[in-house]
Amino acid sequence: MSQDLLATFTELLSEEFGVPTEDVTPEATFEALGLDSLDVVELTLVLEEKTGVKLEDEELEDVRTVQDAIDKVQEKQA
Amino acid sequence: MKQVVVTGLGIISPAGRGLADAWEGVLAARSGVAVDEQLTEMGTPVTLCCRVPAFDPDTELGRGSARRLDRFTHLAAIAAREAVAHAGLSQGDDEAITAADPDRTGILLGSGIGGAETWAEEYPRYLEKGPRRTSPMFIPRMLSNTAAGTVAIRSGARGPNMTVNTACAAGASAIHVARDLIRAGAADVMIAGGVEAGITGLSVSAFAQMGALTKNPDPATASRPFDVDRDGFVIGEGAAVLILESAEHAAARGATPLATVAGAGASADAHHATAPPEDGGGAVLAIQRAVADAGIEASTIGHLNAHGTSTPLNDVAEARALRAVFGDHTDAIVVTSTKGVTGHTLGAAGAIEAVFAIQSLREGRIPPTANLVNQDPEIDLDVVAGAARETRLQAVLSTSMGFGGQNSALVFTPA
Repeated sequence: MSQDLLATFTELLSEEFGVPTEDVTPEATFEALGLDSLDVVELTLVLEEKTGVKLEDEELEDVRTVQDAIDKVQEKQA
Repeated sequence: MKQVVVTGLGIISPAGRGLADAWEGVLAARSGVAVDEQLTEMGTPVTLCCRVPAFDPDTELGRGSARRLDRFTHLAAIAAREAVAHAGLSQGDDEAITAADPDRTGILLGSGIGGAETWAEEYPRYLEKGPRRTSPMFIPRMLSNTAAGTVAIRSGARGPNMTVNTACAAGASAIHVARDLIRAGAADVMIAGGVEAGITGLSVSAFAQMGALTKNPDPATASRPFDVDRDGFVIGEGAAVLILESAEHAAARGATPLATVAGAGASADAHHATAPPEDGGGAVLAIQRAVADAGIEASTIGHLNAHGTSTPLNDVAEARALRAVFGDHTDAIVVTSTKGVTGHTLGAAGAIEAVFAIQSLREGRIPPTANLVNQDPEIDLDVVAGAARETRLQAVLSTSMGFGGQNSALVFTPA
């Protein structure tokens, strides 16, 4: 499940934001991948289209890394 | 009074990309008009337009930056980079200012519409998917001052940074205000110009509904300023940027001045939202003010790069305005409209045409008005048709008139 989500994030970050796929690791912070706070909100919109899960603003507050985001999505899917 | 010179030019237009290519395009009357696939698909009443040569924003600006920005900002950034490099303010292909104090370098751009494509893409998404799916990038992408802000981010210029809107005169107004900021001592260098990327289904449909666009479906003859058979303009897009600099600053850093911004004049028609007064009243004032500001004899003006949109009303009003200002000297002014090639690039037009007027001044060559076959007998002007004309020039004029009744005139003299 977590692997599938990592693949989803890798695909979205690569297609929508031009992030090289090899840079997308669970530990990578969105900041290090070149995304600012507006980009992260935009990412949640495409993520919702892909997974049906919408991360709200307040849920993004402590999201720093790709793994943080994956955990949030899994919590909401559970 | 501080003398202000032009030290760099950058342009991306339907006539071509880059100064050399665009200049060659207008000299050869190489039409930039084409049937647009996107507009055809949308079923707009008019499907002709003038696009800039295709480019890949990701390659030009970097993937991360390009996707955050509207097309009009892409165009502005490309033109600004060329102008900054041409002026020798940067090193290599990078637009970071290294040959002037970035804190004394400002930016003034004109745009009539701003991020038109962003509106066109985002509003349907809002209607279809609802408020909670609106892109957070919509505001920064769409704001008309984002182009100037982006050029600042990319160049490091931290001087005065503003965007003016006088619709189709915006590019010229920007040059006017930038020149004045240097005169006032607020900056040593100004990156000034105009930009527009407003070819969307909505804007084309609305311009068509106004009767402003030509109904002529033939790309080869659609944009024909001053011709008796003209019936409207062809919408275009593009950007042009001039580097303006105080003469002392340019001399101190050993830059080569290309021309002097000798005079600038602005006015309003105070008449009608979109139609010019028949006697060209507001335009008369703008031209008179520009010539007076230049402090030159009116008889030294040898060339006009006209607004010349190819609409029935504009071209006649402009001819009358010119005669009202110059009287018999009008016959000695060689006139052209480069919109026969570029179409009407709206907020970019004043800056694009300033670039061509400066090139005419530098080279003594005036491009022909493309597609001008039968000159309207009501337009009593010496308009160049067919091939470019060679003539030595002491001073050139460029005029721009915006919807809203806002007029701008610029006078350039040799450096």
